[in-house]
Amino acid sequence: MRILRKHHRVIIQGITGKQGTFWTERMQEYGTQVVGGVNPKKAETSHCNVPVYASAIDAMKVGEGFDSSIMFIPPLSVKDAAMDAIEAGAKNICILTEHIPVQDVMYFMAAAKEHGTMITGPNTAGSVTVGECFQGFMPAFNERIFKKGSVGVMSRSGSLGTLMCQNIVSAGYGQSAFIGIGGDPIIGTTTRDALEALDNFVGTEAIVMVGEIGGSMEEDAAEYARSMNKPTFAFIAGGAAPAGKKMGHAGAIVMGNKGTYASKKEALEGAGVMVLDTPSHVGDALKEALG
Amino acid sequence: MNFEEFAAKPLLAVAGISVPKSQLATTPDQAREAAKTIGGVVIKAQVPVGKRGKAGGIQLASSPDEAHMHATNIIGMEIGGLTVEKVLVEAKSNIAFEYYAAILNDPETKGPMLMFSTEGGMDIEEIAENTPEKLRKHAIDIRVGLQLADSKSLLYGLELQGANDKVADVLMKLYDAYRANDAELLEINPLIQTTDGDIFALDCKFVMDDSAIKRHTELATHGTPEKLTPIEQVGEDNTIKYIELDGNVAVLANGAGLTMTTMDVVRHHGGNPADFCEIGGEAYTKGTIALKMVLEKPGVKSLVVNFCGAFARCDVMMEGLLNAWEELKPELPVFFSIAGTGDEEAIRMLKDRLDMDPYPNMDAASKAAVDAANAGAIS
Repeated sequence: MRILRKHHRVIIQGITGKQGTFWTERMQEYGTQVVGGVNPKKAETSHCNVPVYASAIDAMKVGEGFDSSIMFIPPLSVKDAAMDAIEAGAKNICILTEHIPVQDVMYFMAAAKEHGTMITGPNTAGSVTVGECFQGFMPAFNERIFKKGSVGVMSRSGSLGTLMCQNIVSAGYGQSAFIGIGGDPIIGTTTRDALEALDNFVGTEAIVMVGEIGGSMEEDAAEYARSMNKPTFAFIAGGAAPAGKKMGHAGAIVMGNKGTYASKKEALEGAGVMVLDTPSHVGDALKEALG
Repeated sequence: MNFEEFAAKPLLAVAGISVPKSQLATTPDQAREAAKTIGGVVIKAQVPVGKRGKAGGIQLASSPDEAHMHATNIIGMEIGGLTVEKVLVEAKSNIAFEYYAAILNDPETKGPMLMFSTEGGMDIEEIAENTPEKLRKHAIDIRVGLQLADSKSLLYGLELQGANDKVADVLMKLYDAYRANDAELLEINPLIQTTDGDIFALDCKFVMDDSAIKRHTELATHGTPEKLTPIEQVGEDNTIKYIELDGNVAVLANGAGLTMTTMDVVRHHGGNPADFCEIGGEAYTKGTIALKMVLEKPGVKSLVVNFCGAFARCDVMMEGLLNAWEELKPELPVFFSIAGTGDEEAIRMLKDRLDMDPYPNMDAASKAAVDAANAGAIS
């Protein structure tokens, strides 16, 4: 996991679509260095003031090259788009799309691993390097939600991550960076990866993790948290959810004793992470830790 | 999407794995007729839950009349909260050994995982818990697929009475079926060796990846859709995620994480959520239908609306919700929390059209909704 910086050159696959256009403009306004877009049908045109290429490989070879790709691509086309970006030599790929067939996801994950490409998502809302740049569809530009500060935040859910960031700002604090990892069961950047990236990110003094029931990512992250010195807080969504039901996110399902709220809370508390009862408690918790 | 045994086994047969001869029956008479053509049979309840045998849903029948009798008992039986509507009448197998084989999508290795055990016929969770050393695993690179050498080495050293190569071949075919049908889980339990040394799949569990249904539309018609309540069905038809719960505080929010959390916070303040209703993602324009669904559920005493816009814009969600509110004019007390993309417009609309202000945060809104529900429940 690498946190996006403003010196990273970014291409947008699917730049010409409605959402691609809207969010590319927001990212450009905020400071993300968008150097091109991809749409095979609109190659050699210009969109959002950047050149459009037929493929990511073309953007790398014909254009000035790029570090990261952000995808606004429909579910059944993501596999080909991701393979294009991986083969082009992308260092990072951010995949926002939900409902990609899992066997497609596993296919490009295997290719990404071999090529050393870092993948964030699928089904992520993106990430924000506060005051610098952002990727995806996070309201980075809303000052009641994102303000430059020293709290690193990671979340599986975009909406809940947004809420947590708003609570942090209204308590008088700000964020260093926000990382959305996505609500799917199989994702590139895990909770543990995001925690480690934030722990090592400049200017971060405390960390807030927003997890969910299902899977074992919070338990794995707790292993890493043991080695950390920064105050770390967590909120785990889904304590009141019935077992055996997929709660909107494909990854948020409790099967038997696996992925329960209780198991995550126990693992995190055992690693010295303070587990919050509700997201509104984050302000008081930060006051305690940071003063 | 789950596929019951009768719908899953044909996929194994297509891939070249032997399955016993069988016929589906929905009446005892059909079961008797099937037994006449097949011979000695097993009558198996068809429900998408485990432990059918323990519940008495699997019975041996040595004559057509016995098949009729067992089918009479099994059809209509309740197993795992589901009523049995059909039975599979299957040729009886002479079982010498029972094995376990499965391929599933593994979040840890981010690829397909092949699993095999000589302890077939048991619950896989029990095998993993009690005798993990007897569960062999092989992580597959999906770009290369399962190689025969890997399949053989997974079985290496296991005492399969000389059938190692036959079983390795079944694993290869199982992988083909897993790939061809976009399985999330494809499991044969038990995979049997007969007294004649042949390998048969005696039961099969197939879960299709929901995200891949759109490329298997014909096959998906043979699956068993999740049992939905009438309101949940409306949600399904409108691509709104709605789960009916047993409380009286209705929850309407955007995004899976935020909606779950709203339920948690309602519970934290001593309330009981009536539903999970999420209009995030592409569904954020569907505020009107969502509110109608939420109001449809009987016994709802209050409603908490929690919008936190990222991709989904608060003003768009609010527009839909207010349109429905003005149309239906419900008496229900409602409490709002609004933040994120489009929040200022949404707050202004709420003031203009309902003369209401949002609560400063979801805790306050949820607590107010719980208090209102409790007051409503007493009066």
